[in-house]
Amino acid sequence: MKKTPLYDLHLIYGAKMIEYANYLMPEQFSSIIKEHQAVRSEAGMFDCSHMGEFVVEGKDALKFLNYALSNQLNDLEIKKERYSLLLDSNGYILDDLMVYRLAENKYLLVVNASNIDKDFKQLNKLKEAFEVNLKNVSEAYGLIALQGPKAKDVLEALILGVGQLPFMSFDEFTYNNEVCLISRSGYTGEDGFEIYGGPQVIKSIYQRLYETSQVTPCGLGSRDTLRFEAGLPLYGHEINGFTTPIESRLDSFCGYDKDFIGKEALLKLKEEGITKRLIGIELLERNIAREGYMIYKDGLNVGYITTGYMIPGTSNVYANAYIDQQVKLGEVVEVQIRNKMVKAKLRNRKFYDKKYVRGEKKNG
Amino acid sequence: MAKVVEGLFYSKSHEWVKIEGNKAFVGISDYAQESLGAVVFVDLPSVGDSFSKDEVFGAVESVKAASDLLMPIKGKVTSVNEALLDQPELLNEDPYLNFILEVELEGAPDLSSLMDASTYLKESH
Repeated sequence: MKKTPLYDLHLIYGAKMIEYANYLMPEQFSSIIKEHQAVRSEAGMFDCSHMGEFVVEGKDALKFLNYALSNQLNDLEIKKERYSLLLDSNGYILDDLMVYRLAENKYLLVVNASNIDKDFKQLNKLKEAFEVNLKNVSEAYGLIALQGPKAKDVLEALILGVGQLPFMSFDEFTYNNEVCLISRSGYTGEDGFEIYGGPQVIKSIYQRLYETSQVTPCGLGSRDTLRFEAGLPLYGHEINGFTTPIESRLDSFCGYDKDFIGKEALLKLKEEGITKRLIGIELLERNIAREGYMIYKDGLNVGYITTGYMIPGTSNVYANAYIDQQVKLGEVVEVQIRNKMVKAKLRNRKFYDKKYVRGEKKNG
Repeated sequence: MAKVVEGLFYSKSHEWVKIEGNKAFVGISDYAQESLGAVVFVDLPSVGDSFSKDEVFGAVESVKAASDLLMPIKGKVTSVNEALLDQPELLNEDPYLNFILEVELEGAPDLSSLMDASTYLKESH
């Protein structure tokens, strides 16, 4: 079991630790409800050091990534980041990731912790035809996500200039004479920052943020309720090796004006049509729909839940589900919860209005 | 350390049962509520439902997860604690005062596999 650079601080701050993607990570500190609310109304910080980082460098870096990844990167400027998918040749999703353009011929990819080995293998295989270097630098980077309406003011007080970053942009900054990379981005639907750096600078910033008393340390529990409420997918739940971007509504992150791995399969699937798609549901009776529960209409199984929560601090119960195409938005279905059939209505997945400051759309 | 109350019988799945004549009250133990964390929803059965011993009769849920409730004793539900619908946190505040339901027993209660307070205290810590 691996530990992140922030492990000792988590224990001091009272974390309840769990195993996640082979790391010991905080599940919660105070409570998932308090942490969720702190991010929505003030500021919270998350240890995301378990995430993987790859550096892609060389003459063909852009050509290679445009071929290996789904999204169009031609117009991605230096110091900008973009969401993309890594697909296999059948169009199935191997991972979703963030692409940072560090320099003309140099990119940083940030991938899901549980997919580091799989992604590296796939990219390494594809790079043979290109003049490009691929390095897994996951162990060298720590990562803190600072999120919430107060994130900007709190961080600006420590690191001058971060408040000037537009959404989905980044730059290098120094803190205590150490370099870190900071982007205006996140996974909660709030304004906020993601701070990358070596173990020492990440520890100093995490500790300093805690000492401001304006930032609530948050665990993976609230990270999941927040991303879910904001309509953001999570690998292993909404998307996995058996789903394509068309069913999971991530088609807008595929650049059909270029060639990329999986494109042909996706075009064929578009022509044939999909049978199910990712959609939101709202429970109409008091209960909670959880991952794996089955959905019925007129006694027939029409789908299943991928994530569901009672939104912390409310009594609203929403879920994401894959449901057959013929069941339309606004229609009522039944979720089997233990021995009960509970009514629910199909709706969009935007359970929360995102508060991004400005710039390109990250996700639908 | 989680509390236990004398005079109740406890199941391995952390429900308690209190027998009063041909009726019984059922709830969850202090250990159960502590392990769950903040309870945000209690899924209650309907009055009139019958359950056999160890049958799932509902669930207590935290933000993160649902835990099935298993019937510690065979019986027919005569009332449910409806206060838990609006205030599920009552189970965190006092899981012994705030029972989940009341059943009418059918015949002599089967107490095999249930533990008394001191045995349960040893088993659950």
